[in-house]
Amino acid sequence: MSDISTVTIQSDYMEMVKRKRLYGGAMLAFFALIFVSGFMLADSRNAGGFWQGIPKVFDFPKDVWKDTLPKLDQLPGHFNTYFPSLIETINIAAVSTLLGTILAIFLSLFATRGLAKYLFLIGPTRRVMDTLRAFPEIVIALVLIFILGGGPVPAMIAIAFHTAGSLGKLFSEVNENADLKPVEGLSSVGATWTQRMWFGVIPQVAPNYFSYAILRFEINIRASAILGFVGAGGIGYELKNAMSWGQGKYDDAAAIFILLFATIVFFDQLSSHLRDRLISKGGH
Amino acid sequence: MLEITDLTKHFGVNTAVDTANISVPEAKMIGIIGRSGAGKSTLLRMLNRLSDASAGSIVFEGQDVTNLKGAARREWQSRCAMIFQQFNLVPRMDVVSNVLHGTLNRRSTLATMFNLYPQTDIHKAIEILDRLGIAEQAPKRAEALSGGQQQRVAIARALMQDPKIILADEPIASLDPMNAQIVMQSLRQIHEEDGRMVIANLHTLDTARRYCDRVIGMRDGRIVFDGTPEQLTTVAARDIYGAGDDFSEAATSTEIETLDRQPELA
Repeated sequence: MSDISTVTIQSDYMEMVKRKRLYGGAMLAFFALIFVSGFMLADSRNAGGFWQGIPKVFDFPKDVWKDTLPKLDQLPGHFNTYFPSLIETINIAAVSTLLGTILAIFLSLFATRGLAKYLFLIGPTRRVMDTLRAFPEIVIALVLIFILGGGPVPAMIAIAFHTAGSLGKLFSEVNENADLKPVEGLSSVGATWTQRMWFGVIPQVAPNYFSYAILRFEINIRASAILGFVGAGGIGYELKNAMSWGQGKYDDAAAIFILLFATIVFFDQLSSHLRDRLISKGGH
Repeated sequence: MLEITDLTKHFGVNTAVDTANISVPEAKMIGIIGRSGAGKSTLLRMLNRLSDASAGSIVFEGQDVTNLKGAARREWQSRCAMIFQQFNLVPRMDVVSNVLHGTLNRRSTLATMFNLYPQTDIHKAIEILDRLGIAEQAPKRAEALSGGQQQRVAIARALMQDPKIILADEPIASLDPMNAQIVMQSLRQIHEEDGRMVIANLHTLDTARRYCDRVIGMRDGRIVFDGTPEQLTTVAARDIYGAGDDFSEAATSTEIETLDRQPELA
């Protein structure tokens, strides 16, 4: 009897394996198709053509390298010159990350089933986050610069909005994995919604919030550098100038690239250090 | 068959395993006993080469496996299966896939990534599951199974490797008595029917007595007892566990874990 059932199990399982392989193969073919057709479309729309352009891709880095090598001694001077604008860029990124994160925490708690205070607000909150994410920072910044004039404030608002949207989504996914037992325990003692969230949810999700926020901070440093190109000040503005001076003067641009790279490395190291401490201490 | 000579493992200033010498001339079922932190797990992990030895050597059938690297080390690991206390299965994959992981060393990485296992392997995996009495669980996710069933899946994965040695690191410590018995009987049966060497870390004296041909006692990284279950007297057991006159056989049977956590005994 046992033999018969084993054979049945074997053939049933083989059936399942074959079905899975079929699906897997179909998916693979589908992705290959999208990849090839997308590439061909992009290549046909590209004015210069991809294959002709590819050798020239490295021309700019080569120029930068050629201009910088003979003037290596001037690099520290350039660092000094551009450091204040780097600080401005980091400032924009820091303030907007902080504002965006706080907003994201509220949005995420309102958008998570099982935690939300008002069930009917779950959908609208999610749509709000979608809207915040839908507009690129640069669009919001351009509109705000048009209204408020150039400077760091429009950039800050633009980045904060986008941060709130994307972190809100990530946070609400983290919230969904939170254990609801502590929340139930706090409900049983008569805690308010805010108390339940603060004591029952936040301690569980804080390490994940933290690492997402730090990653977002890194992204925001880059975003605020880009916004400098459209008049938001900071190191992006200097980079735009340095690059438009053209060949022979790329050493300024090289200095700025090095500064940006060093900044990202610095904050990456800092965040992993802080995160290790946060987790190993066993606190939240 | 298996020769372990002066095997030592340091963790910083601590010595987890201190010049262990074990000689196994033929495939036996061996139980290693001792309290938590005695170095039992470290010893097994060095045998499987999950961790490197600080000094000493492990020789199996004339081959020195102590310092194997890369592909040679993985080949050794495929011949020396390991079973863990917490089962260490992939929870979201189905039972048969978990068992098929036992063949990973023999198959190409690319083929296994796309789940392209030969049909004979799939059939064999289900036969092994049947032998362990859990064939009807085959299509379920590993995480949906009870602890005892998961441990039998882990044993099936080990058998799928067709190994010479099966190492079991506290295989029954997370199981209730009923499942613990089933798992230990499976291991004994594998040893008797297939003639595979089984080395199991156990924390209960009675399990070691009941299922093993030979018992090795460890205390603070040293081997302090090596003999047959009959030679394992209460006095010898007291020595292994470092307990006083109040030590009784019953204390180690199931409650040894709780006893170990008490500071006055530790």
